[in-house]
Order: sequence, then structure tokens, then C-alpha cells
Amino acid sequence: MTGRLRYVAIAIALALLATLPMWVGNSYYINIASQILLFAVFALALNVLVGYAGLVSLGHAGLFAIAGYSGALMLQAGYGHLVADSAAIGITLVASAVFAALALRSTGIGFLMITLALGQIVWGVAYRWASLTNGDNGVNVSTRPAPFGLSLASAPSFYFATLVVFLLAIASMAVFVRSPFGASLRGTRDQARRMNALGYNVWLIRFLAIVFSGFWTGVSGLLFIYYNQFISPQVSALTSSAEVLLMVISGGTATLFGPVAGAAIVVIMKNVVSAYIERWNLVLGVIFVVIISFMPEGLVPGTVRLLRWAWGRLQGKPSAAGARPSERSSERPSEERVP
Amino acid sequence: MTALSVTNLCKQFGGLRVTANVNLAVASGERRLIIGPNGAGKTTLFNLITGEIAPDSGSIRLFEKDVTRVSVHRRPHLGMARTYQIITLFASDTILRNVTLALLGLSRLRWSLLRDLDQQHHLVDRARVALARVGLAEIADRPLSQTSYGERRRVEIAMALAQEPKVLLLDEPFAGLSIDERRDVRQLLNAIPRAVTVVMIEHNMDVALDWAERITLLHFGEVIVEGTRAEVVANPRTREVYLGH
Repeated sequence: MTGRLRYVAIAIALALLATLPMWVGNSYYINIASQILLFAVFALALNVLVGYAGLVSLGHAGLFAIAGYSGALMLQAGYGHLVADSAAIGITLVASAVFAALALRSTGIGFLMITLALGQIVWGVAYRWASLTNGDNGVNVSTRPAPFGLSLASAPSFYFATLVVFLLAIASMAVFVRSPFGASLRGTRDQARRMNALGYNVWLIRFLAIVFSGFWTGVSGLLFIYYNQFISPQVSALTSSAEVLLMVISGGTATLFGPVAGAAIVVIMKNVVSAYIERWNLVLGVIFVVIISFMPEGLVPGTVRLLRWAWGRLQGKPSAAGARPSERSSERPSEERVP
Repeated sequence: MTALSVTNLCKQFGGLRVTANVNLAVASGERRLIIGPNGAGKTTLFNLITGEIAPDSGSIRLFEKDVTRVSVHRRPHLGMARTYQIITLFASDTILRNVTLALLGLSRLRWSLLRDLDQQHHLVDRARVALARVGLAEIADRPLSQTSYGERRRVEIAMALAQEPKVLLLDEPFAGLSIDERRDVRQLLNAIPRAVTVVMIEHNMDVALDWAERITLLHFGEVIVEGTRAEVVANPRTREVYLGH
């Protein structure tokens, strides 16, 4: 996509998002839009690791749940929203640091397995430590906050609050990707050994990336409890971690808009298609197989590639290059040991 | 002054002694060649010097400062840079970005989250200068995937030189190059300022023989012969071990 076309597309998307409650009308669908945005924040956070750091985590639902439970329990104990939310983010940052310190003993499959185990520990606590977490019954969140005196009780108002947080998240990702630190992180993904020899502290760069990812994961966890006004152990289950990972991979890793598209697909399937087709999981599976078959790099980069190819054909420049995905992803060394 | 000194360095992989009590003293500004047949432990010696592998015993000093326990990523900040025998570059980036990353590694800017790397002109301009030194200025903005093997070798060297090291470790910089490309790399190495101490590993003795001032011959992890070019070539053990006759 050329630069100008990109800006036009972003401007149209922003206008559509800002006016969504007006043209959607029905509060059921406005709520689904809120859900898409809050899971998009979660997927963007995970993409920092999966896409830019090359570290695949299967324990992110654990961090998401730690933020959610911390916030919900503090609110239930009678603390105000500001205190509860700040404390929840603080706890999630500490938890991310602990996750990072343990999981970064390894990369690749080792990292995946350690994060999986950590996520399962959180699930175990949420499910079994009933005196703290109320076990299977979950925790209710009775009120939504009212920032600057604006009530978030209605569907449109909550949607706008979620939109603001989502825009902040995606803007922070855009800045992060262009920054020297973002370039360093991608360097550790592509050539960890070289990065160390060039003077970069690869371990610390990865550690900070996990904490950065943990921050936005925590924010999305808080959005989630305010949206649902309830949290249960299901949130921290392995299927939740897998679901957000699927969002990132199907949309396109290491892209800004891929995780957003992935979140939209999964949320729409779960909520809208499930109303018409009982076996919506089957439909979701078929969609993922189609994406992986025709756009192994993900929906967003894949669509851009196919559009470019079609545009080239229209202008009479037949080229086979665009019809197939590039080899880039296979060039990347997936496991790089750092002594 | 001694730029790089290695004292009684030992490393064992299981039962295999890859570095056996190696002693090495490279003077400041010296051109040192380390030769030896395949499996002599040349690259392992480099990995020990740069810290990628921890030695079992012995010590490494950089300008009289003990760096044996200094972590890998600190050593470039102390003036050590290396290239790799197996080309180790960022394949999905441009040539310019590869060299910019080398410069960023020594800059405090590498921790910055709020700046735009492409707008850091002092870094990017220095990267272009470094690429001009190796004759790649015209193709600086080309993706690395569209470059030849010979060009990639020069990017490797440009990245190391861009860091303005005091001690430069070159791991087989001529490997896989054509005769013309070798000549180009040779000119490049001759242009390195005298302030830089250069240690080069080479498998093929003829390639860099006239470049070196002193030569160290490694065999089964041990220093067999060390001396000036003439001394090493004349030594019967060199012929026996290395030249095979």
C-alpha cells in the first residue's frame, strides 16, 4: 500500500469507529464492537512478544486474569476504581516481571512450555483457592467507573471509553515499532547472538518487552471485567491463551493491524455466527485453515499482498511474485541460543 | 602495550579439549593471523575471547583489564568487535539498517521508546559513511535479501568497523569469496587504521600470509608455533602439522 492510500484507509477506519454507535444502533452489536476492541488490545499486547520478540507465550491469559481478578477483588473489598485499577496494573507488572524472569531462561519451545505452566498455575489458583477467588462462582464487579464524571453504564458510552483505550494502545504500538528499542527487539528476534555481540543486552531487552506486553495485557484485563462485570476461572484457562494467540497469528504477526483483524474474526465468530450455526467452532476452524493455506503470513499482510498482485494484473503487469507468500518467515531462525 | 592477552585459557566440550592452555599476547596495532586446520579450535578461541562461551579456566585481558567474567554484551562497549565466519546478518532488513543496528548497539539511544529510529540522522549518516568505506554506499538501501554473498561479507566487516573497535576479530573474512572479491576485502583490511588491533582467523594460509605481522598456529586446541611470518613458515612443525608434508 502506498503511503497516501494508507493514511486514507486509516482516516476512514477512524471515522467509522468514532461514529459506530450511530450507524449500528442496536446495543447488542455495540457491545460486540467493545468486545472486539478490548480483545484487540489484548492481542496487540501479545503481538509484542509473538511478532516482534519472536517469543510465543501460551500463558498470557494468566496475566490477563491476574489483572482482572486483582481489580475485581479490590473493588469487592470496597476500594475505589482508581486505587483498584492502579493496584491491578501494578500487580500485573510485577507478575509479568516474574513470568519473564522464569520464562526467559529459555526461548522457542522452552519459553512456550514455561509460559504454559505459569498460566496453568494462575488458572489453578483462580479455580481452587476459593477463599481468595471464590472459585468456580467467580467474582462480580458491581459498578463501572465514571471517569471525569462520565458514566460508562450504557453500551455506547462504554464503547467510546474502550475505543479511547484501544487507540492509545495502538498508538503506543506504532511508536514502539519505529523506536530504537523496537528495532532492538526485532533484532533479538532475528539474530539474538549477533545482537549480544553488538553490545545489546538481549536478556534485558526481552525482559522489558514482556513487561511492556504485560502492561497492555493488564489494561485489557481491566476492560474485560468492566465490560462483563464478572470474572471467572474460565478467563485464565489455556483455551483463552490459545484464542488470543490465534487472533495474533491469523491476523498477522509483527503487524499493527493484524491482531485487530484477528480479534474481530474470533469475537464475531463467537458471538454472531454462534447465533446461527450451532457448530460455530467448526466454522472458525475452517476459516483458520483457509487463512493458513492461502495467507500463511496472516490475514492483513496476506490481503495487502493479494490486492497488490491484483492491482498489478489490472495494470497489465503480470507477475507471479505476488501470488505466493514470500519466504521471509522461513528465513527467520526460530531458536537461537544466547549464552 | 598489549591490546589483547590470553593466559592459560582452557575449554573442554565433554571429553574434547578444544582450547588447551592457550597463551596469546597481541600488541596494540598489531596484525595477527591465527591459522590452523579444520577443528583446530580457532572459532572457539574467538567465542571465548568475545565471551559467547565461558572458559573452564584461564583469563582474558583487554588493554590490561581482566574481562574474563565480563558479559558478552559489555565487551563491545570496551572496544571489542567481531565478524562471523557464517554470515550472521538481519536478513529482513536493508543493508543500511544492519549497519545502523551496529551503531545503535553502542549508543544509549538503544533504550529509547519514544524516538523514531529513522530520524536519528547522526546514527544513519554514520552508517552511510561506514558503508562508503566498504564500497557499498550506492546499494545501502537495498534489502539484504537482494545482495550477493560477497556484498554480505562486506556488510559483516562494515558493521564491525562502524563500531570503531580497538580490537577487531575477523573470523575467516575471505571464506567463500571469488578472487576479485578477495582482492576487494584485502584492500578494505589494508585501509583499517593502525590504531586498531586486528586478529584474523584464516583456514587457508596463503590468503592472508603477507597481511600478517605475527602468526599463531593452532592444532587440536594448542598453540604449536608462534612467531613472525618468516619464522612460522620456516618452522618444520608448520609444514608437518599444517601443510601436511
